[in-house]
Amino acid sequence: MSNWVYSDKVKEHFMNPRNIYREEEEFDYDGKGMAGNIKCGDQMMMMIKVDDKDTITDCRWKTFGCASAIASTSVLSEMVKGMSLEEASRISPKEIMEELKGLPENKVHCSVLGDKALRAAIDDFYVRTGRPGKVKTGAEKVVCQCMNVTSADIEHAVLEGARNYYELQEHTKLGTVCGRCKEEAEVLLREYKEKHFESENK
Amino acid sequence: MKNVYLDHNATTDIHPEVKKTVIKTLENYGNPSSMHGLGRKAREAVEEARKKTASFIGAGEKEVFFTGSGSEANNTVLNIFSCGASGCDSRRNGRSGIITSVIEHPCILETSKCLEERGVPVKYLDVDKYGKVSKKQLEDMVDENTALVSIMTANNETGVVQDISPLAEVAHRAGAYFHTDAVQAVGKMPVDVKEMGVDFLTLSGHKIYAPKGVGALYVKKGTPFCPLIRGGHQEKGRRAGTENTPGIAALGKAFEMREKEMGAEASRLKKLKKMFKSEIKEKISDCSFNGDLPDSLPSTINLSIAGVEGEALMLYLDMEGISVSTGSACATGSLSPSHVLISMGLGAEMAHGSIRISMGRKTQQEDMEYLLHVLPRVVNRLREMSAVYFKETTHE
Repeated sequence: MSNWVYSDKVKEHFMNPRNIYREEEEFDYDGKGMAGNIKCGDQMMMMIKVDDKDTITDCRWKTFGCASAIASTSVLSEMVKGMSLEEASRISPKEIMEELKGLPENKVHCSVLGDKALRAAIDDFYVRTGRPGKVKTGAEKVVCQCMNVTSADIEHAVLEGARNYYELQEHTKLGTVCGRCKEEAEVLLREYKEKHFESENK
Repeated sequence: MKNVYLDHNATTDIHPEVKKTVIKTLENYGNPSSMHGLGRKAREAVEEARKKTASFIGAGEKEVFFTGSGSEANNTVLNIFSCGASGCDSRRNGRSGIITSVIEHPCILETSKCLEERGVPVKYLDVDKYGKVSKKQLEDMVDENTALVSIMTANNETGVVQDISPLAEVAHRAGAYFHTDAVQAVGKMPVDVKEMGVDFLTLSGHKIYAPKGVGALYVKKGTPFCPLIRGGHQEKGRRAGTENTPGIAALGKAFEMREKEMGAEASRLKKLKKMFKSEIKEKISDCSFNGDLPDSLPSTINLSIAGVEGEALMLYLDMEGISVSTGSACATGSLSPSHVLISMGLGAEMAHGSIRISMGRKTQQEDMEYLLHVLPRVVNRLREMSAVYFKETTHE
């Protein structure tokens, strides 16, 4: 078919997604995480198996979402096998996108949320294995469910120059769908501004 | 591969008879405004088309002019009463307010938003769960500043048809004019401007087997008017720009063909819709129809399927040679799902998981049977990987 909106790699993963969790297989996972919000059209679940060296040996996932959501999770599920938890928790949407040979601009923020589901699964694993101290959710929380913007993304945007809510939206697309995260985002914006640019404010 | 086109509300194929007319008219490059032979011949083609178009909607010939699209016709009407120029005909009733509905096409809604920013008071009618506006709400909404009420005849996403005549009456009683965007209705159901009692009506060519790039606007005799496109005497000064002769002739021909084909087609599609509806319920659990009323367009089916996202569903169907469209946010490039379905009170999951199947002239029983064969398989595949459906089935 000519001129598909997505790259061949996206199409291939969309048509033949890898590592989908099937109920009948009884996948014995060590950690499980969710990301996204059905209201915004994408929701994802990730399960991981981890060996005693903290290496991900296998994973399964499920997603409600469009072609790029399905493909990006599928490609991520192949990337993480054999990775250490540390390494896996650092995977960014950009890396997933590169692995997919690109995505349409408007799809990146909304549909690439596999990395967030993966980090939630990793955190879940740490909690299950009695190491809640390693949980990073506190440090990186999804603030905008619709666009999957985390507290870390907000901090990053502040460092890149966002100084008010409007600029923050420009940088992250946060709060551009349902708008419910505005209050929380403004609190974080203030915090990060104080943290990094306290002298400027005084 | 099979090619089953079920997206006729988006656009249609060109009727073979219409195609002949286009080719024939292309041969004559004369400007309909020229007085020489070539020009007069082109003029004849335009006027012939006007006759057919007007007659199809029960209008007088002088009451119809051609535009470049349905969107242009809609933009024209909405902009009439906010002209503001002192000598303008549109200032006659001294009003500028607009009332429209939340389910209109974006060319109405975005123009309304823009007018609001320019200070025009615009009010929006809600719809009930079936997608219908309420006459009562309109009665409460009209006031002494209401210049225009604009409500679509048939909705493009659901095929829901509004009861235009009583709504137009409410507008008229309040001293306002009434416009209906009938782009999806004309050629699919009987439309008569006199019976409906409207002052303006918009129609479009490419929804009725004519090419893209031609539409028409009905303006009832004696109604205030102000052109959107100025700078020429064409269409009696109502729309400047040299006439798109082949497109206009095609529109006329398309109406001639609709006249012959529409009746039998409507009853045929009604049967196909009935068949599809009863069979799909047997094959797919947790699905529901949106805006499914006895008088909805026979050609349009809007289906929500729990646990699957519309764009993914649409693309899987596309791989199997079936063309449909979706109300999911993803497919439109925006982030919110269909404003029509949301305003009907649909939950996010069902709105994201909606597909629109719109049949047409060439849709046959076997096409719908093919869809009935492919759709359940594709839905099962997506549900197998769905994080939402999984959640529901395991009650976590």
